[in-house]
Amino acid sequence: MVSGRLLAEISRSLPAQPVDVSVDGARVVVACGTARFTLPTLPVDDYPALPEMPATAGSIGADVFAAAVAQVAVAAGRDDTLPVLTGVRIEIEDDRVTLAATDRYRLAVRELRWQPERAGLSAVALVPARTLADTAKALTGGAQVTVSLSTGGAGEGLIGFSGRGATGQIGQRRTTTRLLDGEYVKYRSLLPDDSSANAYVETGAFVEAVKRVSLVAPRNTPVRLTFSDDQVTLEAGANDDAQASESLDAKFVSRDGSTEEFSIAFNPSYLLDGLGAVDSDTTRIDFTSPTKPAVLRGSKEADALATGDDYRYLLMPVRLSG
Amino acid sequence: MRKAGGATILHADLDAYFASVEQLLDPSLRGRPIAVGGGVVLAASYEARAFGVRGGMPGRRARQLCPGLRFVGGHFHEYTRLGDQVIGVLRDFTPLVERISIDEAFLDVSGAVHLFGAPAEIAEAIRHRVRAEIGLPISVGVASTKHLAKIASQVAKPDGLVVVDAGREREFLEPLPVGLIWGVGPVTGARLAGLGIRTIGELAESSTSFLEHLLGKAAGAKLSALATNVDLRRIQVTRRASSVGAQAALGAGVPTPELLRTTLGYLADRVAARLRASGRGGRTVTVRVRFTGLRSVTRSLTLAAGISATLTLTDIAVELAWSALADHPREREITLLAVSVSNLVDDVVLQLELPLDLSDDAYRPGTVAGAARWRVDRSVDAIRARFGRDAVGYATVALSDFSRVPEAFRELAERGS
Repeated sequence: MVSGRLLAEISRSLPAQPVDVSVDGARVVVACGTARFTLPTLPVDDYPALPEMPATAGSIGADVFAAAVAQVAVAAGRDDTLPVLTGVRIEIEDDRVTLAATDRYRLAVRELRWQPERAGLSAVALVPARTLADTAKALTGGAQVTVSLSTGGAGEGLIGFSGRGATGQIGQRRTTTRLLDGEYVKYRSLLPDDSSANAYVETGAFVEAVKRVSLVAPRNTPVRLTFSDDQVTLEAGANDDAQASESLDAKFVSRDGSTEEFSIAFNPSYLLDGLGAVDSDTTRIDFTSPTKPAVLRGSKEADALATGDDYRYLLMPVRLSG
Repeated sequence: MRKAGGATILHADLDAYFASVEQLLDPSLRGRPIAVGGGVVLAASYEARAFGVRGGMPGRRARQLCPGLRFVGGHFHEYTRLGDQVIGVLRDFTPLVERISIDEAFLDVSGAVHLFGAPAEIAEAIRHRVRAEIGLPISVGVASTKHLAKIASQVAKPDGLVVVDAGREREFLEPLPVGLIWGVGPVTGARLAGLGIRTIGELAESSTSFLEHLLGKAAGAKLSALATNVDLRRIQVTRRASSVGAQAALGAGVPTPELLRTTLGYLADRVAARLRASGRGGRTVTVRVRFTGLRSVTRSLTLAAGISATLTLTDIAVELAWSALADHPREREITLLAVSVSNLVDDVVLQLELPLDLSDDAYRPGTVAGAARWRVDRSVDAIRARFGRDAVGYATVALSDFSRVPEAFRELAERGS
């Protein structure tokens, strides 16, 4: 056993020539061309036993999985005040999988289909978001990723993923991760059934505009959106400081047919996270009120219903008070 | 060191401010020894000071010193109003005005000399206008640094002007008593006197390391720098405190849940209201508990978001105080409680939170529970703004006895801090 970080750095910097690895007493010698590295070994007995892979639960397309995980992991909490919020909740119900994550300010929920190992499988797991995102991204070399999940017995409290590593790598790659403890928040009731208005914006142009106006919005100060019939105006900055505004085309439909303008403010980085995750040329944003969560999603609702793929990104607004 | 290139810093300081305002409002008090307050002297006129009456002195002692002393109730609202007017006059000369309390401010007039003449002329114009337009005496010190300008204004009192020309600072400072240096109180003064150091000149001759040894590193180095007239501080126009705090001395009391809840509730109310008034919230809450014998212990908590809600601050303060007490089970009585909030952030925008029904919801301003507290506090603030501070309050505090010192005076005293 040798220092992993050292070996990784050495491997990365070696020239494109054959590498010889040999053991010389208590040392490991790595030779490549005329470069020679001698590394001290660590006692093998100190290395913890690798956990047993839990039972296979099902499999899923590697690219779909990586994209779905990335879509929800963006909303997971990063601070440790409440550990459950640093996880991605995975819910399996037969051939449907739901991924969800929230950091209190936004909630991302992705639904997708997969191939369960046996019909009628029902399971839940809470996986550290950072690990899950890294794992899913690393397993995009093959067509499928196999998910292993214990439902009691061997491998209790673990989730395993196996698949093929990134292009160019040979062999299977397997990862097991300990699940997070604790009860997850009841997020389903937060997904609103109804909205009072819907806006449709061109995602790319909108992202660029948000980035531009938020240049004058330092550290989490909000960007204000005002929707009228056929356009949205973005504004950021305070009276005494730098200010910016920009308008672009948008379709805005109020459910009650009113033509009044609607204003709401968001933390620009949370808004950009959501727009980036929606993965659609047009983003639909559903509003209820300026103090209730907005829902971002792709505009092709019919497709989503047909394939069972659905993504929603709930975002709490910022309240502006005087 | 600050390269001012001349004596362009002014320190303007209203003379015996509260007492002067009372004499302005009631002409029959002019020329007479008066004191603002009752049980305790909050401020004394120069006529009373001549008898030895000082602020903070018990009323009975003041009467012994000055049998003709007249006590007057404070017109606190007028203090604020007139103080603001004086600052308005100062701003007519330069925007570089740093107000440091209700009755004093620094000015940097280096950019105003072309318009209004030399700094000494500006100082004289300020004194004239404050006297003519508002009716109050004000002393002004002019020098090359803030520290020196402040000393000059103290030397100028009452109702005077002292200019310390650039290059002649040492000459001016050397014969003055050390007590005029900012931060040298009676204790430090006595300590220095015990070593034969009575004048700033004598202080300047002492080595920095000696003073650091005597007074602690930071205080010693600061004194030494000031004594040799090194002062790096600039005029800060938007001077904003880095923390907001309040404290209450308790005599000696057994820390019961009621005592903690009431006292900390009262302090939290003061602190939170001031945070809200300045549009800010704080992320770090610190509670200090002092036991008998001046031993004290502090506990603090840092939150994810800045808070300014009275009830939230009360809850956290009570929790912190209990944790401090739990760690010192042998201490039977407490003599002081203090609450301060630091790590201040702007409170104008608030990121709302999804209603996840989590355990710490009440501590977080963006939750439904936090928003409810926010609305209650805004209502309380609005009612108080209209009908006065005592018009409404939280029950545990409102029903308790916290009226020994007039509320308005506390407000004024805490404003500058």
